[in-house]
Amino acid sequence: MSPLKLILLASALLGASGIPALFGKRRSPVGQQLAVVLLLVGSGMGLYGVARALVSPAPVTMELAWLLPVGAFSVAVDAVSAIFLVPVFVLPALGAIYGLGYWPQRQHPGNGRKLSFAYGVLAGAMALVTVARDGILFLIAWEVMAVAAFFVATTEDREPAVRRAGWIYLVATHVGTLCLIALFALWQRTTGSFAWSPLSPAMAGQQPGGVTALFLLALVGFGFKAGIMPLHVWLPGAHANAPSHVSAVMSGVMLKMGIYGIVRVAGWLPVGPAWWGGLLLGVGALTAVLGILFANAQRDIKRLLAYSSIENIGIMILGIGLAVLGRTVGRADLVWLGLAGCLLHVWNHALFKGLLFFAAGAVVHETGTRDIEQMGGLARRMPRTAAVFLLGVVAISALPPLNGFVSEWLLYMGFFRSLSPVDGSIWHLTGFGAVALALTGALAAVCFCKVHGAVFLGAARSEAASDGHDPDFRLAGPMAVLAGGCVLVGFLPICVMPILDGAVQSWTGAPVAGVVAWREIAPLGWIPWLAAFLVIAVAGIVGFLIPAVCGATPRRTGTWDCGYARPTARMQYTGSSFGQSVTEIFAWVLWPRAHRPRIQALFPRVRGFEQSVPDVMLDRLATPVFQFAERILMRLRFLQQGRIQVYVVYFLAAVLTLLLLGAWLQS
Amino acid sequence: MINTIIHLVLLLTMPPLLLGVINKTKAFVAGRQGPPVLQVYFDIAKLLRKGMVISTTTTWVFVAAPVITLVTVIVAGLLVPMGPFHAPITFAGDMILFAYLLGLGRFFTTTAALDTGSAFEGMGAAREATFACLSEPAIFFALLVLACISRSLSLDGMLHGPLTAVLPGVAAPLVLIAIGLFVVLLAETCRIPVDDPNTHLELTMIHEVMVLDHSGPLLGVILYGASIKLFVLGSILLHVILPVQAGQPVWDWALFVAEMLGLSVAIGIVESVMARLQMRHVPYLLIAAVLFCGFGFILLATVGK
Repeated sequence: MSPLKLILLASALLGASGIPALFGKRRSPVGQQLAVVLLLVGSGMGLYGVARALVSPAPVTMELAWLLPVGAFSVAVDAVSAIFLVPVFVLPALGAIYGLGYWPQRQHPGNGRKLSFAYGVLAGAMALVTVARDGILFLIAWEVMAVAAFFVATTEDREPAVRRAGWIYLVATHVGTLCLIALFALWQRTTGSFAWSPLSPAMAGQQPGGVTALFLLALVGFGFKAGIMPLHVWLPGAHANAPSHVSAVMSGVMLKMGIYGIVRVAGWLPVGPAWWGGLLLGVGALTAVLGILFANAQRDIKRLLAYSSIENIGIMILGIGLAVLGRTVGRADLVWLGLAGCLLHVWNHALFKGLLFFAAGAVVHETGTRDIEQMGGLARRMPRTAAVFLLGVVAISALPPLNGFVSEWLLYMGFFRSLSPVDGSIWHLTGFGAVALALTGALAAVCFCKVHGAVFLGAARSEAASDGHDPDFRLAGPMAVLAGGCVLVGFLPICVMPILDGAVQSWTGAPVAGVVAWREIAPLGWIPWLAAFLVIAVAGIVGFLIPAVCGATPRRTGTWDCGYARPTARMQYTGSSFGQSVTEIFAWVLWPRAHRPRIQALFPRVRGFEQSVPDVMLDRLATPVFQFAERILMRLRFLQQGRIQVYVVYFLAAVLTLLLLGAWLQS
Repeated sequence: MINTIIHLVLLLTMPPLLLGVINKTKAFVAGRQGPPVLQVYFDIAKLLRKGMVISTTTTWVFVAAPVITLVTVIVAGLLVPMGPFHAPITFAGDMILFAYLLGLGRFFTTTAALDTGSAFEGMGAAREATFACLSEPAIFFALLVLACISRSLSLDGMLHGPLTAVLPGVAAPLVLIAIGLFVVLLAETCRIPVDDPNTHLELTMIHEVMVLDHSGPLLGVILYGASIKLFVLGSILLHVILPVQAGQPVWDWALFVAEMLGLSVAIGIVESVMARLQMRHVPYLLIAAVLFCGFGFILLATVGK
């Protein structure tokens, strides 16, 4: 069987995995177990297909007959598709295993079956999105994915907060889809067919403005899904309110579909002007820095992780921007470093964000709260979860020797190389990309030091956090796999470079001018040795040297609180206080909302202080715009009569108008 | 080969001397006799022989963190060239590894502070992590300037850039990043005016308060690691402010050691003549450092073409 058929079959298996559960009993676990088996079989098959597609030299294409006048559906898989397919086939399957322990059908008879069904459809649709090669099939798969994501995100639709988050998501995703419909309509007008393939400069030359419109429509349309600032408004709420394995899939895989679209369009459009790359770099830097600033100000652990996904999307956009700019000026090394950095970050983010959401879910499961200020000291009760969370936190802060460092290192190399002239011109503006990345990295370290410290270290801050234990293998297994992936990519980045190289070479559909050897521009040879040295040296000193020189066995006693005799858990530094100093410095962008009591007398009575950092874009930009639109559009409400006859008349009128319009335009 | 060995020996043995020189300078300015120059060696040796007291609140992170910090600064020190000699390890892109190794050490220092569950240590950790957000962009602006001047992508080549640069427009950017890097050096190594290593008022400290609960060998490791960090950052700064070379390897090493001791005296004088800034004013100082380095970069971009 050809790799493409394997992938399509896998997509169908994934999509159908939840169907048996629909026929099962409300409290029977069989349906969910069957769904996991189907997902595992489908994913294994899909991964085998992806591996074969990666080693085969030419992209595989297939036409599927279709009765509609829009022509046959075409699907294809090349190295870029393959890169994005890997998370689709890894994370949902792991998430389903996790779901067996986290969201068992027996305990959730009301919504478990709906979740199983929509979860499978979401996974299958995402696989289809990455192989679709014509506009109509792509839009169908895209819409199925968007709607399935709505149903998984609103699993607990009895909660008002979940419904509100789901509503915002539904609006945002459809505004994005609207842009995509316009994109594909315009694409069809430019090329004369719905086929989604590289746009030759000859075709594009007829409408120079059209290409710019295509680029901008793609950036906005896919940007809504990826969550670039300020189109991210739906993202934090939807991720925070979904079950944790769903958050992991949405954040680790679904957002990447937006990145996939931008990568595709950027590669398939003809070489654009320099401001395309500049715009992408600006948007990426803004998204990365603002995303992590907002993440740092959150106290809901899943909302925090969601904002950090926005940050990582920004880093990927930075990579695409560098690649687009490199293409404009004909610098193959910048194209390679930017795109490879972006694509590797797609994998890396799926690995560590999946890991963090799984671990956060385990914590939420044990403590029953998402508020990090209610946690604390969990490392003593959940040591293995704490260890993998720490690993994920180090990886996501892009610290060596884990995987996040490798992808950011590629991007840094691109930014630094853009300073050295090959053709005599130096553009220093790209250097600011490196600074934005540095600022993002430092802020990420603050944010994740805070969340790890507040959740797992210190003493328990509430009754809920004072017991709990490590989860069983159903939750721990998927976490271990993802943690292993983080370590593998971090220690042996050489392994993934050939795959990335293949994707970069097939990015534009034509060989990149001036092919570069990745070994020369990305010398990663030292990384494994230094990483091994770090681990061995630390283990050696902690394990042998310190016990050998230390005069006596360590004495254990309470924390020395500067002489204070009765320290309590409430006196610990909280996560919010930890993040406060950063929030204060950046208050001019975050607009924190604070309620400060006025202290008047010498011995004031009990006073409350509260501060929160709501989403500025949602509260001050999106909500007013939509409220204004609502006020205007309310006047059209009389059109909604709620009777089917009236709607049939509307249809008729619309079709007639279009026919008349067509006849008038023809004449 | 011989230069690599000298590099290693200096990196591992000289740093505590710098702290001794700084303290001696401060004592001299204050009219005191001060502790012996080798006092820090005695302190570390004494601490290594002592027992440890470990808080019951803590986990393995508390014990591992000082060692991780020490190992990261040593590896970072292997990437930085001393004087005109080459660094033992050098490859394209190692400047990013350098910056992130320091970040890794800082991450674990702050995490260990949170591990104790003490308000004071949490406070210090928050400040350390926050100030790093401002010093990191300054470091990268400086690296960009050095990369432009030297046309190199490794720390070794970049830091030797000022030595070989013949372009006329590079002096002003170099002066600007030298100022910025000096502020970053003071902040990262917790010296006055950002932090006071001698204070015992916990509320106002940054680095010292983070390690309140560490004792015995672990405290020795922290003290040693902190001095190596000062040494490594100092040798970076020396490349920018004193790009000179004697010609003979022996004299070059002697010059390097002399420059390093001179830098320690300079830090000691700064510590003697300045007061510690108010905590809320520290970000302004660091933002000024970012602006100095950033302005140096923009100046190079517009003038140095």
